[in-house]
Amino acid sequence: MEKTLEKNIAQTADVATQISGSEALMRCLIAENVKIIYGYPGGAIMPIYDELYKFKEDIHHVLTRHEQGAIHAAQGFARVRNEVGVVFATSGPGATNLVTGIADAQIDSTPLVCITGQVPSHLLGSDAFQETDIISISTPVTKWNHQITKASEIPEVIAKAFYIARSGRPGPVLIDITKDAQFGLTDFTYHKCTAVRSYKPVPKTDPQTLESAAELINQAQKPLIVFGQGTILGNAEEALKHFVEKTGIPAAWTILGLSALPTNHPLNVGMVGMHGNYAPNMLTNQCDLLIAIGMRFDDRVTGNLNTYAKQAKIIHFEIDPAEVNKNVKVDVAVMGNVKHTLKDILPLVNSNSHTDWLAEFKKLDAIELEKVIEQDLHPKGAGLSMGEVIYNINQETDGDAVIVTDVGQHQMVACRYAKFSKSRSNITSGGLGTMGFALPAAIGAKMGAPDREVIAIIGDGGYQMTIQELGTIFQTRAAVKIVVLNNDFLGMVRQWQQLFFDKRYSSTELINPDFVTIAKGYHIPAKKVSERGDLRAAIQEMLETDGPYFLEVVVQKEDNVFPMIPSGASVSDIRLS
Amino acid sequence: MQAQSFTVSVYTENNIGLLNRVTSIFLKRHINIESLTVSESEISHVHRFTIVVNTTEEQIQKIVLQLEKQVEVVRAYYHKVDEIIFQEIAMYKISTEHLYSSKLQQLFKKHAAQMVEIEPDFVVIEKAGTYEDTKALYEALVPYGLMQFVRSGRIAVTRPKMLISEILKQ
Repeated sequence: MEKTLEKNIAQTADVATQISGSEALMRCLIAENVKIIYGYPGGAIMPIYDELYKFKEDIHHVLTRHEQGAIHAAQGFARVRNEVGVVFATSGPGATNLVTGIADAQIDSTPLVCITGQVPSHLLGSDAFQETDIISISTPVTKWNHQITKASEIPEVIAKAFYIARSGRPGPVLIDITKDAQFGLTDFTYHKCTAVRSYKPVPKTDPQTLESAAELINQAQKPLIVFGQGTILGNAEEALKHFVEKTGIPAAWTILGLSALPTNHPLNVGMVGMHGNYAPNMLTNQCDLLIAIGMRFDDRVTGNLNTYAKQAKIIHFEIDPAEVNKNVKVDVAVMGNVKHTLKDILPLVNSNSHTDWLAEFKKLDAIELEKVIEQDLHPKGAGLSMGEVIYNINQETDGDAVIVTDVGQHQMVACRYAKFSKSRSNITSGGLGTMGFALPAAIGAKMGAPDREVIAIIGDGGYQMTIQELGTIFQTRAAVKIVVLNNDFLGMVRQWQQLFFDKRYSSTELINPDFVTIAKGYHIPAKKVSERGDLRAAIQEMLETDGPYFLEVVVQKEDNVFPMIPSGASVSDIRLS
Repeated sequence: MQAQSFTVSVYTENNIGLLNRVTSIFLKRHINIESLTVSESEISHVHRFTIVVNTTEEQIQKIVLQLEKQVEVVRAYYHKVDEIIFQEIAMYKISTEHLYSSKLQQLFKKHAAQMVEIEPDFVVIEKAGTYEDTKALYEALVPYGLMQFVRSGRIAVTRPKMLISEILKQ
């Protein structure tokens, strides 16, 4: 990969004559080793698309059916592959259609470079056709954004965009390029950006904090680790595993930390948060030391902050100084990339096995197993449960699949029960909770990991928010396996209405179309299952089919996801029913 | 925690769009900006925002971290009133009619106000000082027919060092 990159840079660095801004952009993308772009053309980005046509041997463009589909696909690609996702969209509505995905990428720290076309610079501010001030609109939801009005700015700005998107805590960058800058001529030399003077991607680690943290860890009787996506973004999975295994500390995960440590690891004690596991939530309020690793104490994780881990000392391993003491006051903050800080602390911590403390997790696990999990995975009633669908998928994939989820009940159930043996395998919209994320994200994930099974698990509500991307699947033959868990409801909202709004099911019931017919309209093999006896065979058929496949599973209409920490309650007030 | 007045100094690159990015951090938290001034700083090509807000110290600490997180922000600081030397400038446009009354002349002297321009119909006075200082002159001039009044945002230098050049050298 490195070699190709150097070759590409060498090829692109010496262009003696002037080239157009659009060609300069293509050469920048090649120099950044971009092989795939998700996008949608339109008036203000036509010069770039024209250039793309000439470079189609080098850069593959995936035409989605909506710009939101393009950006979610780029997110799925970026997250599964550990690369920057690239998106093209035109000005005006093209650009505004990206905003949901940009906000999603910002809150979930996904590296993206979004290129939007803009009206010619002499028309800026004139309310020209398809003009919108995307710089102002995207400012609060981008890590960085910039408008280019001259072709000569392109190489430097694009280099900076990729550097900012991928370095430190990653995030989305938007570059808006006026049409005249795309047409305009420029000299071209490309220098990869390696520093921006006002930007410090990774803070220095104070060795004293490592020592203080190690001391707390060595003294703790009942320590608990909670790891988040920082472990994945920092490529710190091995470092985490070594740290967990040496210290013998039970390790729980946030929804975005899922898959950083194999789910069957003996010290993996499950998910924290609103629909997390019973033991790690309950014991958050009994541990004497909470070790937060690359996570940000989201409100869905902490519940009521006034009663969150008050008895515990807290250590925070974190790359972003703005996250320290933002929601939870910590005793020791270890700044830096967790890959390095976890490695550096390893010699300072004692080997341990917290046998008695682990036994407390086991005790609570048994309660959850009996009261919740057993019914979820092996229900006795007539209707199918979401949990048993995930269980059967696990049985068939053995934890090797990439699971892409949308938002709602199915997401919580999938994250609770899906088995993972490899990192970067759980792709979901965590922070923003974007319904419609999964179908396009799965397309990107499949293209990012073509050799892996990619299964999108989606609710009937979220599926219809970006259902048009079936067209992209049809056109690209992306071998995405789509499983829609259909309860004819916006299930999570309905669950809240049942529990907290006296069963007033205000606008949550869906009259759904024939999903199988729709899939077949796109020539995607499709099946609908509503009987337990047919489920396993249908999953097998789906996995054995070459190319994409659509499976609708009719599930129990009014099942609820438990355990549950009601909004604003304490983590230890977690309900099992 | 009690809300109080904080003066935030933000050293930034001089890039278009940064004003939006800086103010949106306050907007997102529903904090009203009392005053905002942008100017060059002591370092060439580095701009300085001086922002006055009323909020709690806990909140302002978090805001400063969010400001520093922005790619083009070099450094941000917050200071309490006793840590800064600050001024605002006010301009007053009044009718020339009373200009030569001894009362008005005494008033200018008392408030250390300067005359900027005298025209046949009006005269423009300026005064630098604290909010209270400029407000006091405002009150005093109202009876003489204040035609226009405007006050700038706060500008401030801090008692503690800020060492921006060192940060940029790193």
